[in-house]
Amino acid sequence: MSSDELFRNTVPKPNLTRLTTRREAPILSDMVNYQQRLDRTFAALVDPTRRAILAQLERKSSASVGELAQPFAIKLPAVLKHLSVLADAGLITRTKSGRTVTVRLRPQPMREAMAWLSRYERFWAGSLDRLAAYAERKEAEPRGKEK
Amino acid sequence: MTSLTLVRRIKARPSIVFDAITTAEGIAQWWGPDAGPVLIAEADPRKGGRYRVRFRMLDGTEHECSGEYLDVVRPERVVMSWRWQGGQEDPNESRVEIALKAVPEGTEITFTHSHLDEETRRSHEEGWTGALDKLEARFAGGEAA
Repeated sequence: MSSDELFRNTVPKPNLTRLTTRREAPILSDMVNYQQRLDRTFAALVDPTRRAILAQLERKSSASVGELAQPFAIKLPAVLKHLSVLADAGLITRTKSGRTVTVRLRPQPMREAMAWLSRYERFWAGSLDRLAAYAERKEAEPRGKEK
Repeated sequence: MTSLTLVRRIKARPSIVFDAITTAEGIAQWWGPDAGPVLIAEADPRKGGRYRVRFRMLDGTEHECSGEYLDVVRPERVVMSWRWQGGQEDPNESRVEIALKAVPEGTEITFTHSHLDEETRRSHEEGWTGALDKLEARFAGGEAA
């Protein structure tokens, strides 16, 4: 077996799929895409105006750009810029009909971000359960070495 | 900044909980989200010391994380850096802080995994505080058990 083959045989790591929640296909590029998407999602969510826009869209099923801009003390071009960032991150869709642009929430990236965070939550919630059980067992042991 | 906080009460003294968290012997007993075994546990719990843990889950997958102890105050506080080995699951370094407080029934443990979005944070120096209110609120709901 050539070293190349050996390398190929050892490199695929099936355990990646669980924590990345992605299809197995080209795992590495998928991972990179996944991380880039997450980065974009989080970057889009950083801005309070953009979060307020998303919150508005969550309340209504859809809204025009004018409606979305209304609550903000900023000019329309600034709102359009925020909408572009949200659209690039896949958090909203914009459909144009005549002169009206209708904006809708697209929940997928948010779900992905949630799933990413909940991986850690699951990891630690499970670990802490076991930690508690172990420490309580230790506490119940006959005393002596502890103060 | 994105972080995850879990608060839990354990019926054991802080010194017992602290040792369970910071010694290889202790770590081997609980680290990992399900009943799968810990395969490697190494810990040098002093500032600048390192730890490494490899565990197998019940689905057969193995995962390894390691990092450096940034602060160790027995029996009340441990801060450590965190990285998945190989950077597969998540390539960024994050930070784990565990605070222990004595309470009548034993120990209250406040567990925070933060800097989970380190890369993004670097490019948005200040914007992160409270940035993911909504996501965090979701977690707050399922927090203490």
